[in-house]
Amino acid sequence: MLAFIAKRMLATIPVLGVVALFVFLMLRLSPGDPASIIAGDYASPSDIERIREQLGLNASIPVQFGKWIWTLAHGDLGISIFTNLPVTKLIAQRVEPTLMLSLTTLVFAVLIAVPLGVIAAWKAGTWIDRTIMILAVAGFSIPVFVLGYILIFQFSLELRWLPVQGYTSPFVDFWKFTRHITLPTVTLSVIYIALITRITRASVIEVLEEDYIRTARAKGQSERIVLLRHALKNAAVPIVTVIGLGVALLIGGVVITESVFNIPGLGRLVVDAILKRDYPIIQGLILVFSMVYVMVNLVVDIIYTIVDPRIRY
Amino acid sequence: MSAITERTGLGFRSRMTNLRRSLLAQHPTMVIGGSMLIVMTACAIFAPWLFTGDPITFNPIDRLKSPGDTFWFGTDMFGRDIYSRTIYGTRISLVIGLSAAVLSVAFGLVIGLAAGYVRILDAILMRVMDGLMAIPGILLAIALVSLSGASLLTVTIAITIPEIPRVVRLVRAIVLSVREEPYVEAAVAAGTRLPLILIRHILPNTIPPLIVQATYVCASAMLTEALLGFLGVGTPPEIPSWGNIMAEGRTYFQLAPWIIFFPGAALALTVLAVNVLGDGLRDTLDPRIAKKM
Repeated sequence: MLAFIAKRMLATIPVLGVVALFVFLMLRLSPGDPASIIAGDYASPSDIERIREQLGLNASIPVQFGKWIWTLAHGDLGISIFTNLPVTKLIAQRVEPTLMLSLTTLVFAVLIAVPLGVIAAWKAGTWIDRTIMILAVAGFSIPVFVLGYILIFQFSLELRWLPVQGYTSPFVDFWKFTRHITLPTVTLSVIYIALITRITRASVIEVLEEDYIRTARAKGQSERIVLLRHALKNAAVPIVTVIGLGVALLIGGVVITESVFNIPGLGRLVVDAILKRDYPIIQGLILVFSMVYVMVNLVVDIIYTIVDPRIRY
Repeated sequence: MSAITERTGLGFRSRMTNLRRSLLAQHPTMVIGGSMLIVMTACAIFAPWLFTGDPITFNPIDRLKSPGDTFWFGTDMFGRDIYSRTIYGTRISLVIGLSAAVLSVAFGLVIGLAAGYVRILDAILMRVMDGLMAIPGILLAIALVSLSGASLLTVTIAITIPEIPRVVRLVRAIVLSVREEPYVEAAVAAGTRLPLILIRHILPNTIPPLIVQATYVCASAMLTEALLGFLGVGTPPEIPSWGNIMAEGRTYFQLAPWIIFFPGAALALTVLAVNVLGDGLRDTLDPRIAKKM
């Protein structure tokens, strides 16, 4: 098992290497001179030269890449062109709202989706099952930002129950935080709930066909114990996997949700950076997001082997 | 015609009705999703004749009118009719969704076949795909568009690239399992050349799952396209696309929520239609999964 974990951890290195190379090349190979694009239409030649110098664009591409990797290896993501602050510092300032939103969404989605999936599997083929599945497809189809605006319209503008936009840290005012985070959490959760519900239903239905479930029922155990103790426990592996895979959805969704609800998190940071072409921030944040994705999936793979001892590598 | 009628005892029309009934009974989701999509496609093609006005010219007198008899979906801050803009916007969504689906399947198929059949390429290609998958697709798309300048082509490419790795993985997995099948081994033993094996024996196995995958790519591409427009990096603003209409509605949301709601509903319905069609196709083409999902 330790050997597997070590091997699995080593395997993340080439993946991150490819991400770094891709992000680097994407910026360097995009049409047009990055320095003059960043400087804008009204920049003087000396401004452009200054930016070129600052970005190290005068060196050859392999040298630039080598230098960049070297600074990355020291935990340095470079300096933002527009704010002149280190990218790591900007990330540290903005990480809390994003982290909080991701956590509340994760918890909310799992709390709603797993029971829904189990009920759908238990009642498979009935109208309850069909309703839940129709809702799941609908959840996949509704654009996150449209849903966000519908919720703002209904609950903030019409009913005036919740604040329209913005964010308050839970460490400052927990009640305000709850009121601010509710709508974004619901918005971001919907697609995730749809995904987890479908997978939970599928894997519980599969487990319910196993012989030991029939044995448990034959022993006269109540349907609730059969479902929860026998079926759900063994259906856990695919559910944990999809929660890991869903992190990609979550990261994409965070970017949109933060824009809709005006939350000053990493998603807003990266969208603003992209619109202003602040290359160091774009590079740094895409790398950070990819690293989170890779790490979460690493952890999921390791949890696998613990949850399901049958899996051996 | 009369010969057929005599033989089957049914006229053409009633046979078609029967066909429709049996299709609807056996594959309700596919029929519902398909019909919704046909309606959407008709809207896109016949946009100028669907009681639409000019979707582009400004008309300041009519700005921010709420939905009513004259303007079914209301107007935006430039006095343009949201109904006309939404109907015309169907074109962009469908074109981009379809192109992204076709392109990602085409590239994914070629790369996946290569990775699945050529061992040396496999390691390299799959590392690249893993890396590409690790980058959040939406960020990748936004970055690609904003770096290369927004046009219909760059938006399509930017949406397609993040979708390719999933197709590659799917194709590769199928190739790896099929190449161990006795009939493929028999073909190899018989001295069939590689291109022929790939085309005749392996390719047909990939087609049903790829069709299903294509519908999911199409749905996600339409969502991403609208999102790009919404964030202001999508297709150029002079083209009415659902994302662009909604982007313009952001600032006026409290005054005129209909600017976002109507194109948003159109987008959600179209994506729903594609997803429902995809689920229906999956159930029809692969009954094994159908039972589970």
